[in-house]
Amino acid sequence: MSLAIDLRRLRFRYGGGPWVLDIPELTLERGTRAFLFGPSGSGKTTLLGVLAGVLEAEEGEVRVLGEDLASLSGAQRDAFRAEHIGYVFQMFNLIPYLSVLDNIALPARMNAERRARLDGTGVRETATQLADHLQIGDLLKKPVTELSVGQQQRVAACRALIGSPELIVADEPTSSLDFDRREAFLELLFQECERAGATLVFVSHDRTLEGMFSRTISLPDVNKAVL
Amino acid sequence: MLIFDLALKSLRNRAFSTSLTVGSIALSVALLMGVENVRVGMRESFSNTISQTDLIVGTKGGTIQLLLYSVFGMGAPTENVSWEAYREWADHPAVEWTIPYGLGDSHRGFRVIGTNEDFYRHYRYRGGQQIALAEGRANEGLFDVTLGADVAAELNYALGDEIAVTHGLGEVGFINHDHMPFTVTGVLAKTFTPVDRAIYVTLEGMEAIHWEDGAPPASDDEHDHEAEAQAAPSDDGHAHEDEAEAAHDDDHAHDDEAEAAHDEDGHDHDDDGDAHADEAEAAPADDGHAHDDEAEAQAAPADDGHVHAEDISIEDVEVTQVTSFFVGTTNRRDVLQLQREINDFEDEPMMAVIPGVALNEMWQGLAYAETGLRLVAIFVVLVGLLGMLVSLYTSLNERRREMAILRAVGAGPNRIITLLVLESLCLASAGALAGLTLVYALLAVAQPLVEAQAGLFIPIRPPGSVELLFLGAVVLAGFLMGFVPALKAYRTALHDGLAVRV
Repeated sequence: MSLAIDLRRLRFRYGGGPWVLDIPELTLERGTRAFLFGPSGSGKTTLLGVLAGVLEAEEGEVRVLGEDLASLSGAQRDAFRAEHIGYVFQMFNLIPYLSVLDNIALPARMNAERRARLDGTGVRETATQLADHLQIGDLLKKPVTELSVGQQQRVAACRALIGSPELIVADEPTSSLDFDRREAFLELLFQECERAGATLVFVSHDRTLEGMFSRTISLPDVNKAVL
Repeated sequence: MLIFDLALKSLRNRAFSTSLTVGSIALSVALLMGVENVRVGMRESFSNTISQTDLIVGTKGGTIQLLLYSVFGMGAPTENVSWEAYREWADHPAVEWTIPYGLGDSHRGFRVIGTNEDFYRHYRYRGGQQIALAEGRANEGLFDVTLGADVAAELNYALGDEIAVTHGLGEVGFINHDHMPFTVTGVLAKTFTPVDRAIYVTLEGMEAIHWEDGAPPASDDEHDHEAEAQAAPSDDGHAHEDEAEAAHDDDHAHDDEAEAAHDEDGHDHDDDGDAHADEAEAAPADDGHAHDDEAEAQAAPADDGHVHAEDISIEDVEVTQVTSFFVGTTNRRDVLQLQREINDFEDEPMMAVIPGVALNEMWQGLAYAETGLRLVAIFVVLVGLLGMLVSLYTSLNERRREMAILRAVGAGPNRIITLLVLESLCLASAGALAGLTLVYALLAVAQPLVEAQAGLFIPIRPPGSVELLFLGAVVLAGFLMGFVPALKAYRTALHDGLAVRV
C-alpha cells in the first residue's frame, strides 16, 4: 500500500465521444514529486479529474492512496477528495468573495478530517503559518482580487496544503508566472509537501521545470488514446 | 453553516445586483402587503361605518337598499314607517335605544337627515366612537341644523349661516323654500363615515319641510294627506308652479292647466307637473294668496297665509313618520328574536336587518374588485421573483470557475445546489423582510395623509394571517426558484469537472 496512484487499464471518455484516456498502467510511489508532462490536449487535466474523483473512469481500476475510487459513490468520492487531495489550478484559483484567509481555510472548514489533522491548532493559526511559509503572511486580510497572479498561486498552494492531504495535485500552477517566480514557487511547494509528507503530481506542458522533480511521466507515452 | 456563510459572502460580493434584486422583490412585496392593508382598511372602515347597532329597521324592501339609504346615504327609500309603528318598537322591552331617521331631502347634493338627540347619544362608528361636535351645539330647535364635517368644509358654511333645504335628493331639487331657512348651529367632528356628508335636522324640522305638500297637521285627516304626499318625495308631482296655477281651476284637465292658468295671470308655466288632486281641492281656500312667489303657492290651506320659520315652534309640530330607525337591544341575544318579530309585524310592512350581516353581504358583492387587486399584486411579486431568477441564472456563467474550485476542495453537487438555493432563499427572504419594513414605513408616513385626503383609515397592525401566508409564499417561491439555477450549476459543474473553461 505504498502506492499513491495505481491505475490499471483505465479508459475514460466524455459522454459517448472518443476515448480521451486509455492508460494500461500507471503507478506512483508515495512521497514522489512527479512531473506529469504532455502537450495541450493530451488529457492532462482529464487525468487529474479522474485522480481527484471528479470524473468517473468508464473502464479499469483507479486506486488513489490505496482507495478504489470506482467502488465509491459520488458523495464518497467528494468526501475522499476533500479529505485527501489538495488541488491547485492553473490560474484563477480563488473564490473572489472570500478573503485570503478564508480561501486558505476553505478545505479545513469543508472537511472534518482535514480539520482534525490540524493537531489542535486552529484553522486560522494553521492558515497563517502556511501563509508565512509561502511568504504571503502579510496578505491575509486582503481581498483576493487585489493580489498578483504569483500571490494568488501561493494562496492556492496554501489552500491545497492545509490539513496535510496526502496527495497534492497541481495543474500547471506556474504557467502564468515568469521563470524566476516559477522556481521560487516550486521551491516553496516542495518544502511544504516534504513537511507534510505529501505526494505531488505536478502537471505542465513546459519541460524546463522537469529537472526539479524526482520522476517524470510523459503522458503521451502512457496514454494510448492520444495518437 | 459554511455554505450559508459562503452564500452570504457571495451575495455581498455581488452587492449591486443583490440589492437590485432585493429591492425589486421588496417593492413587489410592499405592493402586495400595501394592497392587503388597504383592502383590510377599506373593509374595516366599511364595516365600521356603523357599530353597536343591532338592527336597522325600515319598510320592507331590499336588505342592501335599506342599508344603503340608512347608513351610506345612497339611493332613495321607497316608503316610510309611521310614527306609531316606530314608537311601538321603540318601546319594545327588548329594545334599549333607537335612533329614528327621516330621509328624503337634500341641500346642495348633501342628504338631510331628520333625527333627534338619540343620534348624538347612541350613534356609534368605528369601534364605538361617538358623534362629537367640532363646534357649536347640536340642533335642538325646529330650524336648527348640524352639519357633517365634509358638508361644512365643502360648502364653506359657518355657524349662524342660513341654508335652504331642497325637496328631493338631487343636486338641484324641485323647490327651494327660502321662507323656511335653517340656521347652522353646529358642525360635527370628522368621522370618515357617511355621517360627514349629511346634514342633521330635527324630525320636527324634517316634518316642517314637508308642509309644502300640505299643512301643519291639525287633524287626523290631514295626517293621512300629508303622509301620502311625503310617501313619494321624488315623485314628479312637486312641480309647484303648475300646482299653484292649477289651484285656480280645479276642473281643468292636465293639458289645459297651463293655458288656463296663463290666461289668468302672467306667470311663466311649465307643463311637466301634475297637480295633486288634494292640493287642487285644498287650494281654493287660499285663493287670492300666493301669487308673488311660486314656492309659497302651496301655503297651508288650513292656515291663512304662509308658514314662516318665526311663526312656529317645535311644539307645534307633530312627527308623523320616520324612514328607518336604528335599534340597540338590551341583550344581544334578543336580536334575532326581535328581528323576526319586526319582520312579521302585521300593521305595516317592516323589515329589520342586522348591520354586520348586511354589510358583509354587501362587501361580498365587491369581492371581485378585491380579488382583482390582489391578483395584480401577486403577479407583480411573481415578476419580482422572476427578476431574481434571471439575475441568479445569468450570474452562473461567471461563477463556473467558483463552482469548479468548490468541487476541487471537496464540495459535492449537493453543496453546490444548497449554495445556490440558499442564495435565492436569502434574496427572497431579504426582499420579503425589506418589503414588509417598507410597507410599515410607508403606512406610518401615509396613514395620516390618506386619512385626511381619502377618509380611509388604514390601521397599522401586525401582519395578519393573510400577510404571513403571502410572505411565506414569497419565501417558498424563492426557495423553489433557487433550484433552477442550482440544477443548472450542478449540471455545469458535473460537466466541467475540474477543467476550468472560461
